[in-house]
Amino acid sequence: MERLIYLDNAATTRVYPEVVEAMTPYFTEYYGNPSAFYSFSNSAGKAVAEARENIAALIGAKPEEIYFTGGGSESDNWALKATAEAYGKKGKHIITSSIEHHAILHTCQWLEKNGFEVTYVNVDEEGVIKLDELEAAIRPDTILISVMAANNEIGTIQPLKEIGEIAHKHGVLFHTDAVQAFAHIPINVDEMHIDMLSASGHKINGPKGIGVMYIRKGVKILSFIHGGAQERRRRAGTHNVPGIVGMGKAVEIAAVTMEEKNKSIIELRDYLIEQVLEKIPYARLNGHRTNRLPNNANFCFRFIEGEGMLILLDQAGICGSSGSACTSGSLDPSHVLLAIGLPHEIAHGSLRLTLSEDTTKEDIDYTVDKLAEIIARLRSMSPLYEDFVRKQNK
Amino acid sequence: MYSEKVMDHFNNPRNVGEIENASGVGTVGNAKCGDIMRIYLDIDENQVIRDAKFKTFGCGAAVATSSMATELVVGKTVQEALHVTNKAVCDALDGLPPVKVHCSLLAEEAIHAALWDYAEKNGIVIEGLEKPVSDISEHEEEEEEDY
Repeated sequence: MERLIYLDNAATTRVYPEVVEAMTPYFTEYYGNPSAFYSFSNSAGKAVAEARENIAALIGAKPEEIYFTGGGSESDNWALKATAEAYGKKGKHIITSSIEHHAILHTCQWLEKNGFEVTYVNVDEEGVIKLDELEAAIRPDTILISVMAANNEIGTIQPLKEIGEIAHKHGVLFHTDAVQAFAHIPINVDEMHIDMLSASGHKINGPKGIGVMYIRKGVKILSFIHGGAQERRRRAGTHNVPGIVGMGKAVEIAAVTMEEKNKSIIELRDYLIEQVLEKIPYARLNGHRTNRLPNNANFCFRFIEGEGMLILLDQAGICGSSGSACTSGSLDPSHVLLAIGLPHEIAHGSLRLTLSEDTTKEDIDYTVDKLAEIIARLRSMSPLYEDFVRKQNK
Repeated sequence: MYSEKVMDHFNNPRNVGEIENASGVGTVGNAKCGDIMRIYLDIDENQVIRDAKFKTFGCGAAVATSSMATELVVGKTVQEALHVTNKAVCDALDGLPPVKVHCSLLAEEAIHAALWDYAEKNGIVIEGLEKPVSDISEHEEEEEEDY
Protein backbone atom coordinates (compact mmCIF):
# COMPACT_ATOMS: atom_id res chain seq x y z
CA MET A 1 0.00 0.00 0.00
CA GLU A 2 1.82 3.06 -1.28
CA ARG A 3 -1.00 5.49 -0.76
CA LEU A 4 -0.79 7.87 2.19
CA ILE A 5 -3.78 9.95 3.16
CA TYR A 6 -2.86 12.12 6.09
CA LEU A 7 -5.99 13.13 7.96
CA ASP A 8 -4.48 13.89 11.34
CA ASN A 9 -3.64 17.55 10.92
CA ALA A 10 -4.89 18.33 14.42
CA ALA A 11 -2.02 16.17 15.70
CA THR A 12 0.61 17.88 13.59
CA THR A 13 1.02 19.33 10.13
CA ARG A 14 3.38 19.17 7.19
CA VAL A 15 5.92 21.97 7.37
CA TYR A 16 5.59 24.25 4.34
CA PRO A 17 8.67 24.18 2.08
CA GLU A 18 8.74 28.00 2.28
CA VAL A 19 8.98 27.65 6.05
CA VAL A 20 11.90 25.22 5.83
CA GLU A 21 13.54 27.52 3.32
CA ALA A 22 13.16 30.49 5.63
CA MET A 23 14.58 28.50 8.56
CA THR A 24 17.60 26.91 6.89
CA PRO A 25 19.95 29.91 6.89
CA TYR A 26 19.45 30.27 10.64
CA PHE A 27 20.98 26.84 11.14
CA THR A 28 23.88 27.15 8.75
CA GLU A 29 24.66 30.82 8.15
CA TYR A 30 23.18 33.13 10.75
CA TYR A 31 23.61 30.74 13.63
CA GLY A 32 24.73 33.43 16.08
CA ASN A 33 23.06 33.70 19.45
CA PRO A 34 20.74 36.71 19.24
CA SER A 35 21.65 37.64 22.81
CA ALA A 36 25.33 38.05 21.89
CA PHE A 37 27.03 41.42 21.57
CA TYR A 38 28.80 41.16 18.20
CA SER A 39 27.24 42.25 14.94
CA PHE A 40 27.35 38.70 13.51
CA SER A 41 24.29 37.96 15.65
CA ASN A 42 22.33 40.92 14.38
CA SER A 43 20.58 39.08 11.58
CA ALA A 44 19.42 36.40 13.99
CA GLY A 45 18.12 39.08 16.33
CA LYS A 46 16.34 40.85 13.48
CA ALA A 47 14.73 37.62 12.32
CA VAL A 48 13.38 36.95 15.81
CA ALA A 49 11.98 40.50 15.97
CA GLU A 50 10.32 40.11 12.59
CA ALA A 51 8.70 36.82 13.56
CA ARG A 52 7.45 38.40 16.75
CA GLU A 53 5.89 41.24 14.77
CA ASN A 54 4.16 38.85 12.37
CA ILE A 55 2.72 36.83 15.21
CA ALA A 56 1.61 39.90 17.15
CA ALA A 57 -0.07 41.35 14.07
CA LEU A 58 -2.09 38.20 13.46
CA ILE A 59 -3.88 38.46 16.81
CA GLY A 60 -3.92 42.25 17.20
CA ALA A 61 -1.25 42.26 19.90
CA LYS A 62 1.89 44.34 20.39
CA PRO A 63 5.20 42.63 19.59
CA GLU A 64 6.41 43.05 23.17
CA GLU A 65 3.41 41.03 24.35
CA ILE A 66 4.60 37.94 22.43
CA TYR A 67 6.86 35.47 24.27
CA PHE A 68 8.48 32.49 22.59
CA THR A 69 8.27 29.16 24.39
CA GLY A 70 9.08 25.54 23.70
CA GLY A 71 5.54 24.76 22.54
CA GLY A 72 1.86 24.84 23.33
CA SER A 73 2.10 22.68 26.44
CA GLU A 74 4.76 24.90 27.95
CA SER A 75 2.66 27.99 27.25
CA ASP A 76 -0.36 26.38 28.92
CA ASN A 77 1.67 25.32 31.95
CA TRP A 78 3.23 28.75 32.21
CA ALA A 79 -0.07 30.60 31.97
CA LEU A 80 -1.72 28.56 34.69
CA LYS A 81 1.11 28.01 37.12
CA ALA A 82 2.53 31.51 36.87
CA THR A 83 -0.89 33.10 37.24
CA ALA A 84 -1.48 30.96 40.32
CA GLU A 85 1.89 32.06 41.67
CA ALA A 86 1.46 35.76 40.90
CA TYR A 87 -2.17 36.11 41.91
CA GLY A 88 -2.41 33.42 44.58
CA LYS A 89 -2.54 36.06 47.27
CA LYS A 90 -5.64 37.56 45.68
CA GLY A 91 -7.40 34.23 45.46
CA LYS A 92 -6.99 30.54 44.88
CA HIS A 93 -9.83 29.78 42.50
CA ILE A 94 -9.50 29.01 38.79
CA ILE A 95 -12.24 28.29 36.28
CA THR A 96 -11.78 26.15 33.21
CA SER A 97 -13.93 23.90 31.01
CA SER A 98 -14.44 20.16 31.21
CA ILE A 99 -13.13 19.62 27.67
CA GLU A 100 -9.71 21.25 27.84
CA HIS A 101 -6.57 19.65 26.48
CA HIS A 102 -4.59 17.66 29.05
CA ALA A 103 -1.93 20.40 29.09
CA ILE A 104 -4.57 22.49 30.86
CA LEU A 105 -6.47 19.75 32.73
CA HIS A 106 -3.42 18.05 34.21
CA THR A 107 -1.94 21.42 35.15
CA CYS A 108 -5.20 22.25 36.91
CA GLN A 109 -5.05 18.93 38.75
CA TRP A 110 -1.50 19.75 39.80
CA LEU A 111 -2.67 23.15 41.07
CA GLU A 112 -5.48 21.46 43.00
CA LYS A 113 -2.84 19.41 44.80
CA ASN A 114 -1.08 22.67 45.61
CA GLY A 115 -3.86 24.53 47.36
CA PHE A 116 -5.92 25.84 44.47
CA GLU A 117 -9.55 25.16 43.72
CA VAL A 118 -10.65 24.57 40.16
CA THR A 119 -14.18 24.67 38.74
CA TYR A 120 -14.67 22.70 35.54
CA VAL A 121 -17.57 24.29 33.69
CA ASN A 122 -19.73 21.96 31.63
CA VAL A 123 -20.34 22.14 27.91
CA ASP A 124 -23.55 21.51 25.99
CA GLU A 125 -24.01 18.48 23.74
CA GLU A 126 -22.20 20.23 20.92
CA GLY A 127 -19.25 21.06 23.11
CA VAL A 128 -19.94 24.77 23.65
CA ILE A 129 -19.19 26.04 27.14
CA LYS A 130 -22.24 27.01 29.18
CA LEU A 131 -21.80 30.75 29.63
CA ASP A 132 -24.36 31.05 32.43
CA GLU A 133 -22.56 28.33 34.39
CA LEU A 134 -19.27 30.04 33.69
CA GLU A 135 -20.45 33.37 35.04
CA ALA A 136 -22.14 31.74 38.02
CA ALA A 137 -18.87 30.00 38.90
CA ILE A 138 -17.02 33.27 39.38
CA ARG A 139 -16.25 34.02 43.04
CA PRO A 140 -14.47 36.87 44.80
CA ASP A 141 -11.34 34.70 44.93
CA THR A 142 -11.40 33.70 41.25
CA ILE A 143 -8.15 34.76 39.61
CA LEU A 144 -8.29 33.10 36.20
CA ILE A 145 -10.64 31.75 33.56
CA SER A 146 -8.93 29.43 31.08
CA VAL A 147 -11.05 28.20 28.18
CA MET A 148 -9.70 26.79 24.95
CA ALA A 149 -10.38 28.67 21.70
CA ALA A 150 -11.36 25.50 19.85
CA ASN A 151 -11.46 21.90 20.94
CA ASN A 152 -8.74 19.58 19.68
CA GLU A 153 -10.99 16.54 19.39
CA ILE A 154 -14.39 17.69 18.24
CA GLY A 155 -13.35 21.05 16.79
CA THR A 156 -16.04 23.11 18.51
CA ILE A 157 -15.16 26.81 18.55
CA GLN A 158 -15.82 28.52 21.88
CA PRO A 159 -17.48 31.94 22.18
CA LEU A 160 -14.23 33.71 23.12
CA LYS A 161 -15.66 37.21 22.91
CA GLU A 162 -18.49 36.38 25.30
CA ILE A 163 -16.15 34.58 27.69
CA GLY A 164 -13.73 37.51 27.55
CA GLU A 165 -16.53 39.95 28.30
CA ILE A 166 -17.63 37.95 31.32
CA ALA A 167 -14.05 37.73 32.62
CA HIS A 168 -13.45 41.41 31.99
CA LYS A 169 -16.71 42.41 33.69
CA HIS A 170 -15.70 40.54 36.83
CA GLY A 171 -12.06 41.61 36.79
CA VAL A 172 -10.79 38.06 36.24
CA LEU A 173 -7.89 37.25 33.92
CA PHE A 174 -8.77 35.29 30.77
CA HIS A 175 -6.37 32.77 29.24
CA THR A 176 -7.17 30.81 26.12
CA ASP A 177 -5.41 27.71 24.86
CA ALA A 178 -5.52 28.56 21.16
CA VAL A 179 -3.21 25.79 20.00
CA GLN A 180 -5.83 24.40 17.60
CA ALA A 181 -7.35 27.74 16.61
CA PHE A 182 -4.39 30.09 16.24
CA ALA A 183 -3.74 30.92 12.58
CA HIS A 184 -6.69 28.70 11.63
CA ILE A 185 -9.49 31.09 12.52
CA PRO A 186 -9.42 34.84 13.23
CA ILE A 187 -8.57 35.78 16.81
CA ASN A 188 -8.22 39.30 18.16
CA VAL A 189 -6.98 39.64 21.71
CA ASP A 190 -8.48 43.10 22.23
CA GLU A 191 -11.91 42.40 20.78
CA MET A 192 -12.07 39.15 22.74
CA HIS A 193 -10.61 40.55 25.97
CA ILE A 194 -7.92 37.87 26.01
CA ASP A 195 -5.18 38.41 28.60
CA MET A 196 -3.08 35.36 27.76
CA LEU A 197 -3.04 33.04 24.78
CA SER A 198 -1.11 29.85 24.02
CA ALA A 199 -0.16 28.87 20.48
CA SER A 200 2.06 26.29 18.82
CA GLY A 201 4.17 26.26 15.66
CA HIS A 202 3.65 22.72 14.43
CA LYS A 203 -0.14 22.93 14.20
CA ILE A 204 0.13 25.65 11.57
CA ASN A 205 2.59 24.12 9.08
CA GLY A 206 5.51 25.39 11.11
CA PRO A 207 8.18 23.47 13.01
CA LYS A 208 7.79 21.45 16.21
CA GLY A 209 9.33 22.59 19.48
CA ILE A 210 8.29 26.23 19.18
CA GLY A 211 5.35 27.93 20.78
CA VAL A 212 4.13 31.29 21.80
CA MET A 213 2.47 32.88 24.74
CA TYR A 214 0.76 36.20 24.40
CA ILE A 215 0.74 38.08 27.70
CA ARG A 216 -1.20 41.33 27.80
CA LYS A 217 0.78 44.28 29.09
CA GLY A 218 -0.05 44.70 32.75
CA VAL A 219 -0.50 40.99 33.49
CA LYS A 220 2.02 40.35 36.19
CA ILE A 221 3.06 36.76 35.73
CA LEU A 222 6.73 35.92 36.20
CA SER A 223 9.22 33.58 34.62
CA PHE A 224 8.51 29.88 34.60
CA ILE A 225 11.84 28.79 33.14
CA HIS A 226 14.63 30.44 35.09
CA GLY A 227 18.03 31.31 33.71
CA GLY A 228 19.10 33.99 31.24
CA ALA A 229 17.42 37.31 30.59
CA GLN A 230 15.80 36.35 27.29
CA GLU A 231 12.22 37.34 26.47
CA ARG A 232 12.19 40.38 28.72
CA ARG A 233 13.37 38.20 31.60
CA ARG A 234 10.25 36.14 31.41
CA ARG A 235 11.45 33.05 29.62
CA ALA A 236 15.04 31.97 29.94
CA GLY A 237 16.83 29.87 27.36
CA THR A 238 18.69 30.62 24.13
CA HIS A 239 16.22 31.60 21.44
CA ASN A 240 15.30 28.79 19.10
CA VAL A 241 15.99 31.07 16.18
CA PRO A 242 15.19 28.66 13.33
CA GLY A 243 12.01 27.59 15.12
CA ILE A 244 10.98 31.18 15.75
CA VAL A 245 11.68 32.11 12.13
CA GLY A 246 9.71 29.08 10.97
CA MET A 247 6.72 29.89 13.12
CA GLY A 248 6.89 33.51 12.01
CA LYS A 249 6.92 32.44 8.37
CA ALA A 250 4.01 30.05 8.87
CA VAL A 251 2.02 32.88 10.47
CA GLU A 252 2.94 35.25 7.65
CA ILE A 253 1.57 32.71 5.15
CA ALA A 254 -1.53 32.02 7.23
CA ALA A 255 -2.33 35.72 7.52
CA VAL A 256 -2.63 35.94 3.75
CA THR A 257 -4.13 32.54 2.92
CA MET A 258 -6.38 31.72 5.90
CA GLU A 259 -9.65 32.95 4.47
CA GLU A 260 -9.28 31.42 1.03
CA LYS A 261 -7.85 28.17 2.39
CA ASN A 262 -10.65 27.80 4.91
CA LYS A 263 -13.32 28.15 2.25
CA SER A 264 -12.07 25.16 0.31
CA ILE A 265 -11.28 23.07 3.39
CA ILE A 266 -14.74 23.68 4.83
CA GLU A 267 -16.29 22.62 1.55
CA LEU A 268 -14.29 19.39 1.55
CA ARG A 269 -14.94 18.75 5.25
CA ASP A 270 -18.67 19.21 4.75
CA TYR A 271 -18.49 16.76 1.87
CA LEU A 272 -16.72 14.26 4.12
CA ILE A 273 -19.34 14.67 6.86
CA GLU A 274 -22.18 14.30 4.39
CA GLN A 275 -20.66 11.22 2.78
CA VAL A 276 -19.93 9.47 6.06
CA LEU A 277 -23.39 10.10 7.47
CA GLU A 278 -24.97 8.99 4.20
CA LYS A 279 -22.91 5.87 3.55
CA ILE A 280 -22.30 4.52 7.04
CA PRO A 281 -25.30 3.55 9.16
CA TYR A 282 -25.40 4.31 12.89
CA ALA A 283 -22.83 7.08 12.57
CA ARG A 284 -23.04 10.41 14.30
CA LEU A 285 -21.13 13.65 13.99
CA ASN A 286 -19.62 14.91 17.22
CA GLY A 287 -19.42 18.62 17.89
CA HIS A 288 -21.26 21.48 16.27
CA ARG A 289 -22.31 21.02 12.66
CA THR A 290 -20.95 24.37 11.47
CA ASN A 291 -19.35 26.16 14.42
CA ARG A 292 -16.24 24.01 14.29
CA LEU A 293 -12.65 24.25 13.11
CA PRO A 294 -12.58 24.31 9.31
CA ASN A 295 -10.58 21.09 9.02
CA ASN A 296 -12.19 19.01 11.78
CA ALA A 297 -14.60 16.12 11.46
CA ASN A 298 -15.27 13.78 14.38
CA PHE A 299 -17.59 10.80 14.26
CA CYS A 300 -18.83 7.99 16.43
CA PHE A 301 -19.69 4.65 14.92
CA ARG A 302 -21.85 2.48 17.11
CA PHE A 303 -21.02 -1.12 18.01
CA ILE A 304 -17.31 -0.85 17.27
CA GLU A 305 -14.19 0.15 19.13
CA GLY A 306 -11.79 2.76 17.78
CA GLU A 307 -8.43 1.03 17.93
CA GLY A 308 -9.30 -1.73 15.51
CA MET A 309 -10.66 0.91 13.15
CA LEU A 310 -7.40 2.88 13.31
CA ILE A 311 -5.29 -0.22 12.64
CA LEU A 312 -7.35 -1.10 9.57
CA LEU A 313 -7.36 2.51 8.34
CA ASP A 314 -3.60 2.55 8.76
CA GLN A 315 -3.34 -0.58 6.66
CA ALA A 316 -5.29 1.28 3.97
CA GLY A 317 -2.81 4.16 4.18
CA ILE A 318 -5.14 6.48 6.07
CA CYS A 319 -3.96 8.33 9.20
CA GLY A 320 -6.69 9.26 11.66
CA SER A 321 -7.11 9.32 15.40
CA SER A 322 -9.61 8.04 17.95
CA GLY A 323 -10.75 8.88 21.43
CA SER A 324 -11.13 5.24 22.42
CA ALA A 325 -9.68 4.04 25.69
CA CYS A 326 -7.28 1.69 23.96
CA THR A 327 -5.66 4.52 22.06
CA SER A 328 -5.38 6.73 25.11
CA GLY A 329 -3.73 4.22 27.41
CA SER A 330 -6.49 4.35 30.01
CA LEU A 331 -9.72 2.47 30.50
CA ASP A 332 -11.87 5.51 29.85
CA PRO A 333 -12.61 6.93 26.46
CA SER A 334 -12.07 10.60 25.65
CA HIS A 335 -13.13 13.02 28.40
CA VAL A 336 -14.41 15.35 25.68
CA LEU A 337 -16.83 12.80 24.24
CA LEU A 338 -18.05 11.91 27.73
CA ALA A 339 -18.49 15.63 28.50
CA ILE A 340 -20.80 16.11 25.53
CA GLY A 341 -22.94 13.34 26.99
CA LEU A 342 -22.00 10.26 24.99
CA PRO A 343 -22.19 6.93 26.80
CA HIS A 344 -18.89 5.08 27.15
CA GLU A 345 -19.50 2.39 24.56
CA ILE A 346 -20.33 4.95 21.90
CA ALA A 347 -17.40 7.16 22.82
CA HIS A 348 -15.13 4.12 22.32
CA GLY A 349 -16.01 4.10 18.63
CA SER A 350 -14.89 7.57 17.73
CA LEU A 351 -12.81 8.75 14.81
CA ARG A 352 -11.28 12.16 14.25
CA LEU A 353 -10.28 13.13 10.73
CA THR A 354 -8.58 16.51 10.29
CA LEU A 355 -7.96 17.78 6.78
CA SER A 356 -5.40 20.10 5.25
CA GLU A 357 -5.20 22.00 1.98
CA ASP A 358 -3.37 18.97 0.59
CA THR A 359 -6.49 16.82 1.01
CA THR A 360 -8.37 16.14 -2.23
CA LYS A 361 -11.93 15.08 -2.96
CA GLU A 362 -10.48 11.83 -4.24
CA ASP A 363 -8.80 11.29 -0.86
CA ILE A 364 -12.15 11.79 0.83
CA ASP A 365 -13.94 9.37 -1.51
CA TYR A 366 -11.29 6.73 -0.95
CA THR A 367 -11.38 7.28 2.82
CA VAL A 368 -15.15 7.02 3.03
CA ASP A 369 -15.16 3.83 0.93
CA LYS A 370 -12.48 2.21 3.07
CA LEU A 371 -14.14 3.39 6.27
CA ALA A 372 -17.47 1.89 5.24
CA GLU A 373 -15.76 -1.46 4.56
CA ILE A 374 -13.81 -1.37 7.81
CA ILE A 375 -16.83 -0.54 9.93
CA ALA A 376 -18.93 -3.23 8.28
CA ARG A 377 -16.16 -5.70 8.96
CA LEU A 378 -15.76 -4.74 12.62
CA ARG A 379 -19.51 -4.80 13.12
CA SER A 380 -19.68 -8.29 11.65
CA MET A 381 -17.58 -9.43 14.59
CA SER A 382 -19.21 -7.25 17.23
CA PRO A 383 -21.47 -8.89 19.81
CA LEU A 384 -23.09 -5.47 20.38
CA TYR A 385 -24.12 -5.34 16.75
CA GLU A 386 -25.31 -8.95 16.90
CA ASP A 387 -27.56 -8.11 19.86
CA PHE A 388 -28.79 -4.97 18.16
CA VAL A 389 -29.75 -6.78 14.97
CA ARG A 390 -31.44 -9.54 16.96
CA LYS A 391 -33.52 -6.94 18.79
CA GLN A 392 -34.41 -5.17 15.55
CA ASN A 393 -35.62 -8.43 14.06
CA LYS A 394 -37.86 -9.22 16.98
CA MET B 1 3.29 -2.29 19.41
CA TYR B 2 1.71 -5.66 18.59
CA SER B 3 3.54 -8.87 17.72
CA GLU B 4 3.17 -10.30 14.22
CA LYS B 5 0.98 -13.07 15.60
CA VAL B 6 -1.40 -10.58 17.19
CA MET B 7 -1.62 -8.63 13.94
CA ASP B 8 -2.22 -11.85 12.03
CA HIS B 9 -5.06 -12.86 14.33
CA PHE B 10 -6.52 -9.35 14.17
CA ASN B 11 -6.32 -9.17 10.39
CA ASN B 12 -7.42 -12.75 9.78
CA PRO B 13 -9.38 -13.69 12.85
CA ARG B 14 -10.14 -17.42 13.13
CA ASN B 15 -13.61 -18.57 14.08
CA VAL B 16 -15.53 -15.32 13.88
CA GLY B 17 -19.26 -15.93 14.01
CA GLU B 18 -22.05 -17.58 15.90
CA ILE B 19 -23.10 -21.16 16.50
CA GLU B 20 -26.80 -21.80 16.39
CA ASN B 21 -28.05 -23.86 19.30
CA ALA B 22 -24.59 -23.80 20.79
CA SER B 23 -23.83 -26.15 23.69
CA GLY B 24 -22.60 -23.14 25.66
CA VAL B 25 -22.39 -19.40 25.17
CA GLY B 26 -20.43 -17.00 27.35
CA THR B 27 -20.38 -13.23 27.17
CA VAL B 28 -18.00 -11.28 29.36
CA GLY B 29 -16.64 -7.80 29.62
CA ASN B 30 -18.18 -4.43 29.76
CA ALA B 31 -19.00 -1.97 27.02
CA LYS B 32 -18.03 0.85 29.33
CA CYS B 33 -14.45 -0.31 29.36
CA GLY B 34 -14.53 -0.98 25.66
CA ASP B 35 -14.26 -4.78 25.61
CA ILE B 36 -16.97 -7.40 25.21
CA MET B 37 -16.28 -10.98 24.19
CA ARG B 38 -18.81 -13.64 23.36
CA ILE B 39 -17.72 -17.20 22.80
CA TYR B 40 -19.90 -20.01 21.44
CA LEU B 41 -18.93 -23.62 22.02
CA ASP B 42 -20.22 -26.73 20.28
CA ILE B 43 -19.48 -29.69 22.56
CA ASP B 44 -20.07 -33.34 21.65
CA GLU B 45 -21.39 -36.15 23.84
CA ASN B 46 -17.87 -37.02 24.97
CA GLN B 47 -17.43 -33.48 26.29
CA VAL B 48 -15.02 -32.65 23.49
CA ILE B 49 -15.20 -29.14 22.00
CA ARG B 50 -16.07 -29.69 18.36
CA ASP B 51 -16.22 -26.06 17.34
CA ALA B 52 -15.83 -22.60 18.81
CA LYS B 53 -16.84 -19.21 17.45
CA PHE B 54 -16.53 -15.70 18.79
CA LYS B 55 -17.71 -12.15 18.47
CA THR B 56 -15.74 -9.33 20.05
CA PHE B 57 -16.22 -5.63 20.56
CA GLY B 58 -12.83 -4.27 21.44
CA CYS B 59 -9.35 -3.35 20.39
CA GLY B 60 -6.92 -5.26 18.20
CA ALA B 61 -5.66 -7.30 21.15
CA ALA B 62 -9.19 -8.20 22.21
CA VAL B 63 -9.98 -9.57 18.75
CA ALA B 64 -6.66 -11.43 18.55
CA THR B 65 -7.01 -13.03 21.99
CA SER B 66 -10.56 -14.19 21.23
CA SER B 67 -9.39 -15.63 17.96
CA MET B 68 -6.47 -17.45 19.59
CA ALA B 69 -8.58 -18.68 22.50
CA THR B 70 -11.11 -20.29 20.18
CA GLU B 71 -8.30 -21.92 18.23
CA LEU B 72 -6.75 -23.30 21.39
CA VAL B 73 -9.89 -24.89 22.80
CA VAL B 74 -11.16 -26.68 19.69
CA GLY B 75 -10.46 -30.42 19.97
CA LYS B 76 -9.97 -30.26 23.71
CA THR B 77 -12.24 -31.78 26.35
CA VAL B 78 -14.05 -29.33 28.60
CA GLN B 79 -11.64 -30.31 31.36
CA GLU B 80 -8.61 -29.60 29.18
CA ALA B 81 -10.15 -26.33 28.01
CA LEU B 82 -9.93 -25.06 31.57
CA HIS B 83 -6.17 -25.03 31.12
CA VAL B 84 -6.42 -22.52 28.31
CA THR B 85 -5.48 -19.72 30.64
CA ASN B 86 -4.83 -16.10 29.84
CA LYS B 87 -1.13 -16.88 30.00
CA ALA B 88 -1.52 -19.67 27.46
CA VAL B 89 -3.36 -17.30 25.14
CA CYS B 90 -0.77 -14.58 25.67
CA ASP B 91 2.12 -16.95 25.02
CA ALA B 92 0.51 -18.34 21.90
CA LEU B 93 0.33 -14.78 20.58
CA ASP B 94 4.02 -14.15 21.36
CA GLY B 95 3.01 -11.79 24.13
CA LEU B 96 0.88 -8.69 24.50
CA PRO B 97 1.78 -5.13 25.50
CA PRO B 98 1.34 -4.78 29.29
CA VAL B 99 -1.74 -2.52 28.97
CA LYS B 100 -3.42 -5.22 26.86
CA VAL B 101 -2.92 -8.21 29.12
CA HIS B 102 -6.42 -7.73 30.52
CA CYS B 103 -7.72 -8.68 27.05
CA SER B 104 -6.28 -12.17 27.43
CA LEU B 105 -7.89 -12.42 30.87
CA LEU B 106 -11.18 -11.60 29.24
CA ALA B 107 -10.65 -14.39 26.70
CA GLU B 108 -10.08 -16.88 29.51
CA GLU B 109 -13.22 -15.64 31.26
CA ALA B 110 -15.26 -15.90 28.07
CA ILE B 111 -14.24 -19.56 27.68
CA HIS B 112 -15.11 -20.22 31.30
CA ALA B 113 -18.45 -18.47 30.92
CA ALA B 114 -19.31 -20.59 27.89
CA LEU B 115 -18.28 -23.77 29.74
CA TRP B 116 -20.37 -22.73 32.74
CA ASP B 117 -23.36 -22.20 30.49
CA TYR B 118 -22.82 -25.67 29.00
CA ALA B 119 -22.48 -27.26 32.43
CA GLU B 120 -25.63 -25.56 33.68
CA LYS B 121 -27.66 -26.55 30.62
CA ASN B 122 -26.61 -30.16 31.01
CA GLY B 123 -26.74 -30.33 34.77
CA ILE B 124 -23.10 -31.37 35.08
CA VAL B 125 -20.24 -30.14 37.18
CA ILE B 126 -16.93 -29.30 35.59
CA GLU B 127 -14.35 -29.72 38.27
CA GLY B 128 -12.37 -26.57 38.96
CA LEU B 129 -14.75 -24.28 37.07
CA GLU B 130 -16.08 -21.34 38.98
CA LYS B 131 -19.12 -19.26 38.16
CA PRO B 132 -17.92 -16.47 35.91
CA VAL B 133 -18.59 -12.83 36.62
CA SER B 134 -20.26 -11.07 33.80
CA ASP B 135 -21.43 -7.52 33.84
CA ILE B 136 -22.68 -6.61 30.42
CA SER B 137 -26.19 -6.19 31.78
CA GLU B 138 -25.78 -2.51 32.58
CA HIS B 139 -25.29 -1.84 28.92
CA GLU B 140 -28.67 -3.28 27.98
CA GLU B 141 -30.81 -0.30 28.99
CA GLU B 142 -28.56 2.25 27.39
CA GLU B 143 -28.72 0.45 24.10
CA GLU B 144 -32.26 1.57 23.49
CA GLU B 145 -31.29 5.20 23.29
CA ASP B 146 -30.89 6.65 19.87
CA TYR B 147 -27.55 8.14 18.88
